[in-house]
Amino acid sequence: MDASSLAAKAFISIGQIKPLGAAPDPAAHSGCGTSGGEGKASCGSSGGPDDMPAEIWEKVKNHPCYSEEAHHHYARMHVAVAPACNIQCNYCNRKYDCSNESRPGVVSQKLTPDQAVKKVLAVASEIPQMTVLGIAGPGDSLANPKKTFDTMRMLHEQAPDIKLCLSTNGLALPDQVDEICKYNIDHVTITINMVDPAVGEKIYPWIFWDHKRVTGYEAAKILHERQMLGLEMLTARGVLTKINSVLIPGINDEHLIEVNREVKKRGAFLHNIMPLISEPEHGTYFGLNGQRGPTAQELKAVQDACAGGANLMRHCRQCRADAVGLLGEDRSEEFTLDKIDEMEVVYDLDRRRAYQDQVEVERQAQHAAKVDALEEAKAAMPEVDPDMKVLVAVATEGHGRVNLHFGHATEFQIFEVSAGEALFVGHRRVDLYCQGGYGEDEQLPSIVKAINDCHAVLVAKIGACPRDELKAAGIEPVDQYAHEFIEKAALNWFADYCGRIASGQLVHQPRGDAAIRQGAYTSEAAA
Amino acid sequence: MALKIIASTCTGCSACEPECPNVAISEKGGVFKINPALCTECEGQFDAPQCVSVCPVDGCIVQA
Repeated sequence: MDASSLAAKAFISIGQIKPLGAAPDPAAHSGCGTSGGEGKASCGSSGGPDDMPAEIWEKVKNHPCYSEEAHHHYARMHVAVAPACNIQCNYCNRKYDCSNESRPGVVSQKLTPDQAVKKVLAVASEIPQMTVLGIAGPGDSLANPKKTFDTMRMLHEQAPDIKLCLSTNGLALPDQVDEICKYNIDHVTITINMVDPAVGEKIYPWIFWDHKRVTGYEAAKILHERQMLGLEMLTARGVLTKINSVLIPGINDEHLIEVNREVKKRGAFLHNIMPLISEPEHGTYFGLNGQRGPTAQELKAVQDACAGGANLMRHCRQCRADAVGLLGEDRSEEFTLDKIDEMEVVYDLDRRRAYQDQVEVERQAQHAAKVDALEEAKAAMPEVDPDMKVLVAVATEGHGRVNLHFGHATEFQIFEVSAGEALFVGHRRVDLYCQGGYGEDEQLPSIVKAINDCHAVLVAKIGACPRDELKAAGIEPVDQYAHEFIEKAALNWFADYCGRIASGQLVHQPRGDAAIRQGAYTSEAAA
Repeated sequence: MALKIIASTCTGCSACEPECPNVAISEKGGVFKINPALCTECEGQFDAPQCVSVCPVDGCIVQA
């Protein structure tokens, strides 16, 4: 499918969705967006200490899933101790299991709580930046309460510095809030795809509730009520709660704006809108019945429309239920059960603290340097139409800089640039262009598709072949800002681009839509 | 009168095990099995067999 047909098939464009006009209900529980009283615009994607109340920043600053910036410094892991589920979703097929597959709910090796604890301690000793442990399935963490809470209790005792979190569909949540608080689990994610059972019955064929399989509208109504009750109870107890929503074109796309409003009202501090992953070979109901996932612009349109509601998270990599490592990276192969059995695990809390303190020092220095660089870039910005906004793709391997070769990128970060700012708005996974030193020309069209809505791609370096082909596709390859901070590079490029328009050197053309890559983030691609 | 789990389609998710009112379900080799001596098909206990109601794989649990 080429990019123009993607655009033609889009259900919604940016212009069709109107941002929330209504002011948040001041009487309602407030999330991060309102409780600080500082008019914060965001805290998930570009979050920093200035964007949110101090007590929330303290909780999330080292959490790679909640802070875009933190995920370059800290790692998380998931342990697959919770195989059972109490609902069926049309985007999930529990039989599917493949080590090349990378999406929530899928896992290769199920663990007992004892095995899970050993694995966590082994990983935490090996990777001192591992600060977060999550239980995300592969079923529902709270449909397996004994396994989940046994694991949490042991970790709470043996590795008190590790933050614990879990994710759930919410059906069993209200019954488990006391247990959640007991083990100091301060981060909970609820997957909420609807606040209207008429929408929900298209997503959930059944739930198992009160010893019965309940179907249709009634099932979705019960699930909805339990989700809202659970969220309210967590908020009342001071547990940070993130909402995940799967964007399903034609089913809940515009409805997610209402979801955003409702969860914010009930105190959710972050809303993560993720694209549906749906391929026939995954064997899901949606995959087998031709339900497609959203295009990049469809996803962005809904995210943008929700940006004024609960704070949006844009950097989720939709990792597996047994993922280990930094976001977008999976080191779980290094920590299989037999390998862990051979390891001698010494949990050295002091060593971990010392390492993390060092990371903090580097992070502060990086933050300060970036603030200076940004001031400089803004001062150099010429008079530009304030409404002009373009997207740029960036090849980076971390540290907030343009520091990756085009051919080595397995994902591009996407920034929306205007005269005033360069804002992280998401990422696009791609197949590696460079394989064993040679460029793979058949990969290039898929990369172009993935970043087709961008005007430029900022890289540390790029070969002659992909350079020419990108140009032919209308995407400007830019390597002159190699190793600069990303936002500074994007602003400098934007100033230059606007200068060329003003001088008549080029004419500004709108870009089309882009495709979201489906399925596996393979280890070969990541290597 | 009893149900059985078709091992080749069982995902080993364990959802059925705690739901059985007769404690007839146990794990064996990564999948689950029903002890026919204990299974009542939930007759007189629930409207429908609990294991069938919670199982995510259609047709995995059938009449023995």
